[in-house]
Amino acid sequence: MFKKVTTGAVALAIVSTLQIAPVSAQETLYVPLLTYRTGPFAGGGIPIANGSADYYAMLNERDGGIGGLKIVTEECETSYNSQKGVECYEATKGNGALVYNPYSTGITLQLIPKAPVDEIPVLSMGYGLSAVAVGEKFPWTFNYPASYWDQMSSIISFIDTQDGGIKGKKVGFIYLDVGYGKEPIPLLESLSESMGFEVVKFPVAGKEMQTQSSHWLNVRKENPDWMIMWGWGAMNPTAIKEAAKIKYPMDHFIGNWWSGADVDLKPAGEAGKGYRSANMAASGTHFQALQDVIKYVVEPGNSQADPDTVGSVLYNRGLYNSVVVAEAIRTAQEIAGHANITGAEMRAGLEALDLTAERLAELGLADFTAPIKATCENHGSGGSIFMQQWDGSKWVRTSDLIAPMTDLVRAELEAAADQYVSDKPNWKTQSCN
Amino acid sequence: MIYRETGQFKTNYKADNSIFPILQDRIAIIFYLFVAFIVIPAFGSDFFINSMMIPFLIFALAAIGLNILTGFTGQISLGTGAFMGVGAYSCYKLVTIFPDTNVIFLIVISGFFSAAIGMVFGLPSLRIKGFYLVVTTLAAQFFLEWCFIRIEWLYNYNTSGAIEVPRREVFNVIVTGPEAAAVTQYLVVLSIVVAMTWIASNLIHGRIGRSWMMIRDMDIAAELMGVRPLYAKLSAFAVSSFYAGVAGAMMVFMWLGAAEVESFDVNHSFLILFMVIIGGLGSIKGSFLGAAFIWMLPVVLRAFPKALGLDVPVATVEHVNFMIIGGLIIFFLIIEPNGLARIWALLKQKLRVWPFPY
Repeated sequence: MFKKVTTGAVALAIVSTLQIAPVSAQETLYVPLLTYRTGPFAGGGIPIANGSADYYAMLNERDGGIGGLKIVTEECETSYNSQKGVECYEATKGNGALVYNPYSTGITLQLIPKAPVDEIPVLSMGYGLSAVAVGEKFPWTFNYPASYWDQMSSIISFIDTQDGGIKGKKVGFIYLDVGYGKEPIPLLESLSESMGFEVVKFPVAGKEMQTQSSHWLNVRKENPDWMIMWGWGAMNPTAIKEAAKIKYPMDHFIGNWWSGADVDLKPAGEAGKGYRSANMAASGTHFQALQDVIKYVVEPGNSQADPDTVGSVLYNRGLYNSVVVAEAIRTAQEIAGHANITGAEMRAGLEALDLTAERLAELGLADFTAPIKATCENHGSGGSIFMQQWDGSKWVRTSDLIAPMTDLVRAELEAAADQYVSDKPNWKTQSCN
Repeated sequence: MIYRETGQFKTNYKADNSIFPILQDRIAIIFYLFVAFIVIPAFGSDFFINSMMIPFLIFALAAIGLNILTGFTGQISLGTGAFMGVGAYSCYKLVTIFPDTNVIFLIVISGFFSAAIGMVFGLPSLRIKGFYLVVTTLAAQFFLEWCFIRIEWLYNYNTSGAIEVPRREVFNVIVTGPEAAAVTQYLVVLSIVVAMTWIASNLIHGRIGRSWMMIRDMDIAAELMGVRPLYAKLSAFAVSSFYAGVAGAMMVFMWLGAAEVESFDVNHSFLILFMVIIGGLGSIKGSFLGAAFIWMLPVVLRAFPKALGLDVPVATVEHVNFMIIGGLIIFFLIIEPNGLARIWALLKQKLRVWPFPY
């Protein structure tokens, strides 16, 4: 039996490579996917990886790729580890990679300086370095729909609309004590001065992710009116369980978009009822594009995803990433006038991306997310987010789109971009006029 | 027969004391250096140099550092990752404070900062040994990691908490930063590693190395014979941390290009300890073999299914990879607890008497 299965698998593998071979000999669109299906963050990494891969596979099946060219994806396992991420980058960049989505702030930081040298753009969608939103200083890096700072300002303006405003309130900020978690602190501090609220910080070191009792003891002592969380991986369910234990009012506890997945709330279940989180792409399978993915990829068995997870928060976020990349490829092909684009032409496509509400509807993703319009100056778009709330078994969208405080955030972003560039004398900038 | 020493006479003490007393070994060393300095830069692809050779050499240097402490002096340490971090952060500070100084010089200088910190955390070794010392070095690891996060001055108040390598030139050749060619960085790393290996070898074969080994074999006897444990142990900690520090500085400046505290966590301490144990305690050759085994083998194994044209999901490859490496570690430790260096020595002995073993 085992022998038969092995022979079958080998035969299948050979046949499938034979099928792929003629395609890759021609012109293709090569998109490497840095994924993490193993390691401590695999719980979040697997649905993202599935969502990204399945959308490309669907485009290949349904439309024959983009502009007549097949999309060839190649997964490379990073385990959310910066060193492995760089290894993946080195291994794949020579094959004509169009764009990188590192899905880790650590890997993004490594790739930002490499992008202009190798002429391959980096799209860190809603993570990475906030300052790359300043297009003049970071021509090769994009982080739309919104940076962490946009997101923080949206969350603060959401709080401002609740319970008679934020002025005079105390806001607790619990975060994973690495680059990712510390990213929004400068903005939070400057907002606290301008809007008149108090900030209490609760850093959670990577090793303490699953033992947060002491942190939440401090939360109880400080008793903030609102709690904001910048967590990831095992930190999220632990924090929610601990919050429930000290009877913190759940509807005053808001996570960012990496702290609001199904896998985060399932362990807490009923206890997490009322917990809110920001999100940028809707969950659910009721969109036409998702139905196509199910029809062309999941049902024929060409997806690695468990059918139940299709449409979950992180699956849809991975899919949204692929939607943006696919649209940028399309835009790049229009600008370049030919289908077989290079990394540099892809950069132009990412910069000219205009994902309007009408276009989203055409793609079968009406109301899936906020429109994105990138420009030469603005690589972060300042996109809007919405709030979702856990009802004990699933996420429910509870708010309209909340715009960030763009003018305020932009000034902070420019200052941060200047600081990043200041000690790099040969940094390549671009002029937008 | 293959490894025949017949006819190789030693006529003076110098020849008898040389590190490579056998002609074949000397030829082999010259051959390795030729391959490393000429063949690999000329024919190696960027991926091979960047993702295999550079990290291999850097980890080999760190393993030599730990081997000096653990293999030669018998003081087990779990702080190597943090000492590498000290080297990296001090190099970053030096490079940003003195932008016009030769960056290769600064990489070597940053080893001294690491050596100083290493000596401070080596002080408990004068009173405690064995597992208790492991715990104090583990404390060093966590304390230093805490410093790398909390002391913002160390990363120039960067909001992301990461250190990023600026572009620096030496004699108009770009050595660090993203524009640097892989071959340039490789040659710099290789030169530093070869020079430091040569120094380590001389230290170990000299008076200092002998005092380390006496402390390892029996500290009371060593003390009675006039070896001062204070000097011997602290010098081992200093030299070991110096090597780790230079390796850490090179890891960030010559390989990664940017680093967060995650790059110096306790897993790296374990990784290097494994390299030393698998390679062979108390052997410089073993440090290289261990680093090659732990770092290069997984990279090769990862590329294996693709080279065969098999369409295996990457996550499966990663899991299988873990199982193969884990299995091999157990296999090698069972057949030869003294590591790959010992296997190599046995092989050499076999080759010496082949085909007429006695």
